[in-house]
Amino acid sequence: MAVIADQHQVDLREPKGWRRSSNRIATILMVTSFVVVLIPLGFVLFTVIAKGASVISWKFLTGGPIPPNVLPADVGGMGPAVLGTIEITGIATVMAVPLGILGAVYLNEYGGKNPLATLIGFMSDVMTGVPSIVMGLFIFSIWVLHFGFSGFAGALALACLMLPIVIRSTYEMLRLVPNSLREGSYALGATKARVTVTVVLPAAIGGIVSGALLAVARAAGETAPLLFTILTVTAANPNVFSGANTSLPSQIFVNASSPYDGAQARGWGAALTLIAICFILMIVARLVTARFARYQH
Amino acid sequence: MEQSEQQFIPKLQVPQSAAQQQAAATTSGDHIFDVKNISCYYGSFRAVTDVSLIIYENEITAFIGPSGCGKTTVLRSLNRMNDLVVGAHVEGEVDYRGANLYGKDVSPIAVRRRIGMVFQKPNPFPKSIYDNVAYGPRINGVHNKGKLNEIVERSLRQAALWDEVKDRLNKSGLGLSGGQAQRLCIARTLAVEPDVILMDEPASALDPIATGAIEDLMKEIKSKYTIVIVTHNMQQATRVSDRTAFYSVLVNPESDTRTGTLVEYAPTAELFEDPQDERTKAYVTGRMG
Repeated sequence: MAVIADQHQVDLREPKGWRRSSNRIATILMVTSFVVVLIPLGFVLFTVIAKGASVISWKFLTGGPIPPNVLPADVGGMGPAVLGTIEITGIATVMAVPLGILGAVYLNEYGGKNPLATLIGFMSDVMTGVPSIVMGLFIFSIWVLHFGFSGFAGALALACLMLPIVIRSTYEMLRLVPNSLREGSYALGATKARVTVTVVLPAAIGGIVSGALLAVARAAGETAPLLFTILTVTAANPNVFSGANTSLPSQIFVNASSPYDGAQARGWGAALTLIAICFILMIVARLVTARFARYQH
Repeated sequence: MEQSEQQFIPKLQVPQSAAQQQAAATTSGDHIFDVKNISCYYGSFRAVTDVSLIIYENEITAFIGPSGCGKTTVLRSLNRMNDLVVGAHVEGEVDYRGANLYGKDVSPIAVRRRIGMVFQKPNPFPKSIYDNVAYGPRINGVHNKGKLNEIVERSLRQAALWDEVKDRLNKSGLGLSGGQAQRLCIARTLAVEPDVILMDEPASALDPIATGAIEDLMKEIKSKYTIVIVTHNMQQATRVSDRTAFYSVLVNPESDTRTGTLVEYAPTAELFEDPQDERTKAYVTGRMG
């Protein structure tokens, strides 16, 4: 053995030349992109925390509005906007997520290649590209002009925005469910509806929840669709179905364009609050997903 | 037992024509399938042609043959699984206990409740082991906890898996090894107490020990079930089956299309020891594919 090893020295070192260089270049590119992506993210987070953290207090999160010129910044707060955001986004979620999931189930499980399904899928993708302010104007013209400003009108606009995202993400998740699972269920005498509800949806639930959540987070941070639908007032309005309302993003917009220091500081606080709400939402959804997906490994 | 069987195996609602009744009367009670000259198509492509055979009750029937000879296609036409493939259809008649499976009022759902299937690749659901086995009874309306427990234990015992999993019934079915997962799939099929079990190369992904376990299992349960198995493994066919059907490929040199067909069907010992057709002889002696 030793003799053979001496005669033919096996070279197990990393290959030299172009193969090694290309490998290193690729690694460097990947790490660089990762860092570049992190820079704006970290910068936004840092600025918002640095400028907004000082005004955050329980009173800020729940307290009523105060005149914009009042200083210091930590009196009164964003209670109405927090309430409005939770209500409006919540109602939009209740409308858009079930509808979107059912739509995707139709497209993937029932529609197949038929022209109607193809058309719906295409239109839904087109809807993804519609600017959010156009959604606001759309709801303004078909709803607000007839029934007036309300939190519900804002929820409608946000739901229109969420719907195509939910449809697309759910559709992609359903496509990933292996056909062998469907066949296994059919072979036991299940109907198509059974197969979908008891096998396909549970198998895809993790991805569906993630997709829905991205849509919720996107909607919670939208300002443009709300400008023409809730009108953004400073007073709390618990009744979402009637009368102008407010929300965190539109309140940030109003505060940021205000010349007063106090209002601007509260705007930063509101931005931090919004980020925190989305963050909490993400964590909750991860826990829910883990619970649903506990048999997937 | 009697009651539950009626509860979740609905009768096939087939209006029998006079001819069918006659056929049922002339064929003795132990014909499970009467396959009458069927051809299977995927779109306009004819994958299998001219298959006629009779499958008998409480026997294991093996389908063997080279790849692409249509044995899986024929198997899947026996419980209408091919309906799920877009564009697939069957010409000819498949009688199941005297009823035409492709008759006008036959529901594929009702067919598959009586004729179960085990697939080539183990496909446990992403659910707990318990829920995997209880799945079939549940979709067929059994929700009584005690009854379900009983079915799950009995099915897992029949599939020779109970001792390995009885302490982790709430763990995911995806955590099992390949052989265990396949036995779980068999238990899942047994749980609905089907009349026939179709097996599509059930052991092709398994090691010899797991294969042996599944073969023993098949021999054990054949007193209660009729089994049709597709296999690439001729030793397996000789070990487990009572009858063997050999399929082969017809190549049309003009259009270069390949169509599967049934060459020879006989009791297993006869087919392997005294094959009548040259193609069968070449295949079973290993002189060809």
